[in-house]
Amino acid sequence: MSIAEMANAAAGLAQFSPAPSLLEIGDSFWLSAVLKIAVVLAVFFVVPLVVGYMEHKVMGHQQARLGPMEAGPHGSLQLVADGIKFIQKEDLIPSAADKWVFAIAPGVAMVPAILIFLVLPLGPGIWGVDFELGLFYALAVGSVTTLGILMGGWASANKFSLIGGLRAAAQLIAYELPLILAGIAVALQAGTLSLVGIVEAQSTFFIPGTEINLWYLFPQILGFGIFFIAAMAELARPPFDMPIADSELVFGYMTEYTGIKYAMYMLTEYAGMVSMSALMVVLYLGGWQLLPGVPMPGCGGSGNIFDCNALGVGLGVAVTLGKIMLLTFLMVWARTTYPRLREDQLQRFSWLVLVPLSLLNLAIIAVAKGVF
Amino acid sequence: MSDMSTRETVMPGTAPGEDLLIEVTGDGDFQTADMQLSIGPAHPATHGVFRIILEMDGERVVDAHPVIGYMHRGFEKLAEHRDYRQIMALVNRHDWLSGFSNEMGVALAVERMLEMEVPERAQWIRMLIAEWNRILNHLMFTGSFALELGAITPMFYAFREREDIQHMLESATGGRLHFTYNQVGGLKIDLPKGFLRRSAELSAITRARLQDYKDLVLGSDIFQARTVGIGPLSTDVALSYGVSGPTLQATGIPEDSRVTEPYLKYGEIDVPVPVGENGDSFDRFYCLLHRIEASLDVIDQIHDHMPSGPVNVKLPKQVKAPEGATYVRTENPLGQLGYWLESDGGRTPWRLKMRTPSFSNVAVMPHLLRGTLVPDAISVLGSVFFVVGDIDR
Amino acid sequence: MATTSPPGVGLLKGLGVTIKQMFKPAVTQQYPHVKPDLPPRTRGVIALMDENCTVCMLCSRECPDWCIYIDSHKETVPPAKEGGRARTRNVLDRFAIDFALCMYCGICVEVCPFDALFWSPEFEYSEYDIDKLLHEKGKLREWMDTVPPPPALDEGADAPGEVATAIEKANQELEAAKAKAAEEARAKEQGEQAPAAGDAAAAAPAEPEVKAGEIDQETFDRLIAEGKSERIARSKAKAAYVKKEKQRLKEQAEQQAAAAPAAEEPKVEAGEIDQETFDQLIAEGKSERMARAKAKAAYVKKQKAKLRAEAEQAGGGDAVEAPAAEGSGEAAAGEAAPSAAPRKADIEVEGAGEIDQETYDALIASGKSERIARSKAKAAWVRKKKQEQMDAEGDA
Ligand code: SF4
Ligand code: SF4
Repeated sequence: MSIAEMANAAAGLAQFSPAPSLLEIGDSFWLSAVLKIAVVLAVFFVVPLVVGYMEHKVMGHQQARLGPMEAGPHGSLQLVADGIKFIQKEDLIPSAADKWVFAIAPGVAMVPAILIFLVLPLGPGIWGVDFELGLFYALAVGSVTTLGILMGGWASANKFSLIGGLRAAAQLIAYELPLILAGIAVALQAGTLSLVGIVEAQSTFFIPGTEINLWYLFPQILGFGIFFIAAMAELARPPFDMPIADSELVFGYMTEYTGIKYAMYMLTEYAGMVSMSALMVVLYLGGWQLLPGVPMPGCGGSGNIFDCNALGVGLGVAVTLGKIMLLTFLMVWARTTYPRLREDQLQRFSWLVLVPLSLLNLAIIAVAKGVF
Repeated sequence: MSDMSTRETVMPGTAPGEDLLIEVTGDGDFQTADMQLSIGPAHPATHGVFRIILEMDGERVVDAHPVIGYMHRGFEKLAEHRDYRQIMALVNRHDWLSGFSNEMGVALAVERMLEMEVPERAQWIRMLIAEWNRILNHLMFTGSFALELGAITPMFYAFREREDIQHMLESATGGRLHFTYNQVGGLKIDLPKGFLRRSAELSAITRARLQDYKDLVLGSDIFQARTVGIGPLSTDVALSYGVSGPTLQATGIPEDSRVTEPYLKYGEIDVPVPVGENGDSFDRFYCLLHRIEASLDVIDQIHDHMPSGPVNVKLPKQVKAPEGATYVRTENPLGQLGYWLESDGGRTPWRLKMRTPSFSNVAVMPHLLRGTLVPDAISVLGSVFFVVGDIDR
Repeated sequence: MATTSPPGVGLLKGLGVTIKQMFKPAVTQQYPHVKPDLPPRTRGVIALMDENCTVCMLCSRECPDWCIYIDSHKETVPPAKEGGRARTRNVLDRFAIDFALCMYCGICVEVCPFDALFWSPEFEYSEYDIDKLLHEKGKLREWMDTVPPPPALDEGADAPGEVATAIEKANQELEAAKAKAAEEARAKEQGEQAPAAGDAAAAAPAEPEVKAGEIDQETFDRLIAEGKSERIARSKAKAAYVKKEKQRLKEQAEQQAAAAPAAEEPKVEAGEIDQETFDQLIAEGKSERMARAKAKAAYVKKQKAKLRAEAEQAGGGDAVEAPAAEGSGEAAAGEAAPSAAPRKADIEVEGAGEIDQETYDALIASGKSERIARSKAKAAWVRKKKQEQMDAEGDA
């Protein structure tokens, strides 16, 4: 029995048959578990670094600079060098801090960020588990990260950290709702919460009455916009970076953190960018599908994107990563361009604009689904 | 424990012996008190060692107490033991973003006491460099204000422009920040060949690049959401605190010494003075940005007027201002700069009192901060333009 | 005051600004791989020409933060002449500037009356330890090699003070010379050649305007075509150019008589002293400062006299040539023309960026910093080039 089957069985969802992962090695539970963990960890540690490097470079050039140039060719190893530097730094704990909470907070923030990668399909067959409740799982686990931030802000015994932590919590509550509502609309259209299922549904979605295949981006462009903005807010990416707000709160909840713990927070942020982007790729951009309606080379199966050979798998992973890069590029672009909003403006924007819009989006999708 | 009690906080107050009293209400475990947040002395938003203590209820600022003096370097006293040439190198450091304008103020004061005729060319060149200096200063604040609101990019653009201008000024003065180019009676040395051509070129380039700031900052909806209506300052309050420069102009009055009390040759050219309406953060920034444009207009006019001739007069070995006193006010980039120079006829001033714009501008801060939220406090802090060295001297 | 554009337009415009910049070249200067190009007036570091320093202490007294340390002792100089008086003079033992204290105001450089202090754009002397910023005489002397020549002044500028005085003086001397030349010519040619001589004398001051580096392209091409070596062709062409220019200038001589010395005078190097005079004065028991100043004046006078002699020679040649009465006129002009060209200081060497690789390698090998080595090597290159050109002139 695979992990997915166990989990689904535990949830009483035996009727759902998960799509098989290519990472299963025969029937060996342990071997496949190790392989999956290795893949997940590799993705967790490598892709955020690539995104970070992309951010350095894009920000640099958008600001008439070159970005890092010294570590490695064109500064490509800058983040590795940074990581080594962080490890060497002294690990300071303020004397007034709540020591245990202070110490485990970065871990509490980071572990959920790893766990999300378990369900994200990166290519045909390249996923850890295919939960029936995959979308629910991803959103739920993702919000635990905020707990780690709140803990860090509280335990630091620093007023700036405290305000930062509280802002992060407030932001999470405000933006979780539009995020989930936008996600629900997708699940509704696809008729499943399984992330793999959603990808499959997109590859077989046609404009009613035609043969034109479309990704959910097009019918749900409104939902995509909401999800994108809410994701940025949830990740506290500029222009929604009030929990950090370096010109107001010094460095928000991270003010007192140094060394490896600080690096863990930073890694969490970038991993969050990757996992949220991957989620958007799955929900709106057709997963590893190259273009809507175009069969993947080397693949067959439903929608011509499953049952792939090595070429198809490689291409699928490349397409997913490419789309992730595109979305993270948009986030970086917004970061270089915009000033920061104010906390109350952010809240108002969520409750008065995004939540009603996402409800509207949900209603439209529901009606459309009923009609067609 | 009594229902209501007051106690002294651990925080040192704004002045020795004046510790802040904080009201504590409630019983036993449920005591509440306003939180005190110390912004500074080392804080990203104060760009310098300036401190402001905020009393806060949640994120709302109840009261604000600026604490100044961390950068007090005793300029006025130092000046009493320096001859005028040395003072020139000293005063370009109190407001380090307006070095040239500061030097010029002292030079004007001494020249006025000596009733010295400064060569025409020197006066025009002084105006030219002072205007470039003003642009340098304003670019810096354009970048830093945006940075305080969370936009990182304008800072880099501002430094791109500043680099070009500084390089040009360096070719004439030898310095990038502390120009030390003035001397009593004119300038140390004439402009190098090609300076005026470069200046005309840069004027056009800078003018074109200003559009970037308008699109990126001034026109941005988020920027407007953060600044419109924040920290409004009325003309009356501004005048009663002695606020000047863009902060005053933002309240709607075109007060500018270059126009109202022209010095050098400003009377012979047309100096545009942009004004705001409400005196809020947006208007302050609007004035700042448009003052860059105004300075570029002035620079273009100066190019057309530039005469030839000498740039300094022959000085005695030791310049001594005659006995007496004078007050010179000039429009520094940040507002009105005044030097009260009193001499007993010796080689050093008997007293050199500085009236610096940053000091008065910061004085109005508590008035503006009361009732704002922390992010707005930062928006006010960033838009009431000040240089810490110019406050503390 | 907020803009009136519909919501969102401002946001999109902002995105446009950043994305456009992304495809424009960055302005980053890749220091230290690429050295910045600093203007000659840059106040980077203070260089000391210790030969010039007379230990007058002015700099150290005027420095606003007293960061110049000078030690000296008095030395007795035996009388140069029998029966003369032995004199004392100051010998510089220590000259140090504490760059940790220096505020780079430039007052020391400004007040030094003997041209011993100079600004150099050199800036790479930061240290990890603040104590190490105290630099001694030797180091300050080394920086002398990085001092660039001052930039030319703006067109509208007046000549700087000392130059202006020199011009005035030269003008007076010139007037006298002119009158004398005219008189002589009159005496020689018995009145009939007077106008020509007047012309010639007027042409003399215009001489220095003839740029030494230029060549007459026509002559050059002709000589190359004739199969002459390039070097020869170049030097001859140069001479031809000078001749032509002179011809042209003669026409404008009247107007330029006043303006020309302005260009001439600065070529007399201000820092030089006439060693002979100096020694003599020292021997006579004058103070060193006095001696130096006088020697400087003497040098300037001599230099000027030399130039004048050259000028007169050239002018005289022309004067004779003008009526074409005597055959020697041609030859005299031929001689006079090159004499205006190859003074060492006047030779402009193209390609200022070049360095002398040999010198450079040697210096690097001896452990000098790259920048210093480069600037020295540059100087060496220029020196070599100049020598080459001089030789070429000589050949011609
Ligand atoms: S530059 Fe100014 S501070 Fe520095 S040594 Fe010279 S006089 Fe002193
Ligand atoms: S002022 Fe010049 S000559 Fe006098 S001590 Fe200083 S460096 Fe030497």
